[in-house]
Amino acid sequence: MELVTYFVLAMFVGREILSKVPQTLHTPLMSGSNAISGITIIGALIYAGTIGGGSIAKWIGLVALIAATINVVGGFMVTGRMLEMFKKRPTDDV
Amino acid sequence: MSKELIIDVIYLLAAILFIVGLKRLQSPVTARGGNRIAAIGMLLAIVATLFLNNILTPVEMIAGLVVGGAIGAIMAKQVKMTAMPELVAAFNGFGGLASALVASAEIIDSGANQNIAAYLSVLIGTVTFSGSLIAFLKLSAKMTGNPIQFFGQYIILSLVIVSMIACIGWAFLGGELILSLGLLSGLALIFGVLIVIPIGGADMPVIVAFLNALSGLAAAATGFVLSNTALIISGALVGASGIMLTNTMCVAMNRKFWQVMIGGFGGDSDEEGSAALVDGRSITSTTADDTAIMLSYARKVIIVPGYGLAVAQAQHQVRELAEVLEARGVEVKYAVHPVAGRMPGHMNVLLAEANVPYDALYEMDEINHEFESTDVALVIGANDVVNPAARHDKSSPIYGMPILNVDQAGTVVFLKRSMRPGYSGIQNLLFFETNTRMLFGDAKDSVSELITEVKAV
Repeated sequence: MELVTYFVLAMFVGREILSKVPQTLHTPLMSGSNAISGITIIGALIYAGTIGGGSIAKWIGLVALIAATINVVGGFMVTGRMLEMFKKRPTDDV
Repeated sequence: MSKELIIDVIYLLAAILFIVGLKRLQSPVTARGGNRIAAIGMLLAIVATLFLNNILTPVEMIAGLVVGGAIGAIMAKQVKMTAMPELVAAFNGFGGLASALVASAEIIDSGANQNIAAYLSVLIGTVTFSGSLIAFLKLSAKMTGNPIQFFGQYIILSLVIVSMIACIGWAFLGGELILSLGLLSGLALIFGVLIVIPIGGADMPVIVAFLNALSGLAAAATGFVLSNTALIISGALVGASGIMLTNTMCVAMNRKFWQVMIGGFGGDSDEEGSAALVDGRSITSTTADDTAIMLSYARKVIIVPGYGLAVAQAQHQVRELAEVLEARGVEVKYAVHPVAGRMPGHMNVLLAEANVPYDALYEMDEINHEFESTDVALVIGANDVVNPAARHDKSSPIYGMPILNVDQAGTVVFLKRSMRPGYSGIQNLLFFETNTRMLFGDAKDSVSELITEVKAV
């Protein structure tokens, strides 16, 4: 139940913060939050790393690790690349 | 301090960094730093996991990280900004796949058959994976963008749902674990395909946002499996973001989410429209010469970019045209409809790439009242988002969709390739109005000509 509480509270925090993101940044928001969903990489590391060799779970974990790393590295990099383009004019009043 | 405590503290820190990072996306000025902060959070979580667990096979771990990292980096470096929707769809898919696999590994490793969170995680993750794969293929035009609908689709879909529930039930009652897991994964793959293939081209922004939400929920479900709060919090954040964007897109198109999921709206639109179909009225075409004069002597011009502009790769020319006009004292603004691109905020990114300053870009609600005082509305490669039928024609499929009020401007100039209807396949009566001019041709060529002509005025 404790875990469900975390989940629900985090959803509310997310809603509060993200509803204020302007339309201009919605695409970087998607790719950036997408990279964050690659946090599954932690689970992949645990399974791929802490289970002894020969187990099928270990190999599944390794494939998961590669998929999650693509998600994390690619996601953050492409978000950075996009946001780099939004810095041209320093006359923003926000 | 025990290792467990340290690792928990670091995970909490990572979650805080994610939240701070996302908060900084509220302004273009702080956004870059925000992305970096979130990335540091992720790095912390990974390093803590690697060093504070009993990693038995560090070489394989490093190899996995290097291989995945290289693939991700290459994809991120090489992607064209127009292809951003398919890239995000692909990354969503990898995230979903990873979550499903981690949950599968847990089920196999523990041998526990009554772990509902694990089955949910496999289910959501796999659906995210196959759904994203189809979205990727559709968006990158490797398969048709038209809705695929066939007889008995919903019967099959219902059967798949029932079978998935049966599968989980069977595993719960002590069925063969690997077999039931495999069956469940297979069914979830089919389910993901079935829910995305009927989605028409016009609705793709909604589905990309929805898959984004699913990838977050899959990560959260995996968090429940591992009792890992970092995964739960991060997954919930991403889920909330995806749900919010799905909702934004639905509102922008005046579509209910269930209508989108039923699908069938809009395709690749290959049919040619006619120039003189409606009530015997015809269109007025114009030349770059005339348009340039009109623009040069205008006080205020609003540019309405649509996806056709991106297809023609005319963003740089449009920015140059705006600069030339501004040099003449013309006030130039851009009006960006929420569904102007193929994903939320896509058009803004495309224009930013062409160095259009982001403070010249206005959202629909900010600028709609300004068209009345605008001399020329220059609509480039957009159609449905300015179609007044959305306001008054109850029979139109886009009725009720919020639109940009370009028809209130003194003159509307459409830059179009042909009379072909928009992404939704609907005719636009605005083409036939007396204050509308049509400038036919490739958007890039037309805008280049306009630049030359304006300079010559």
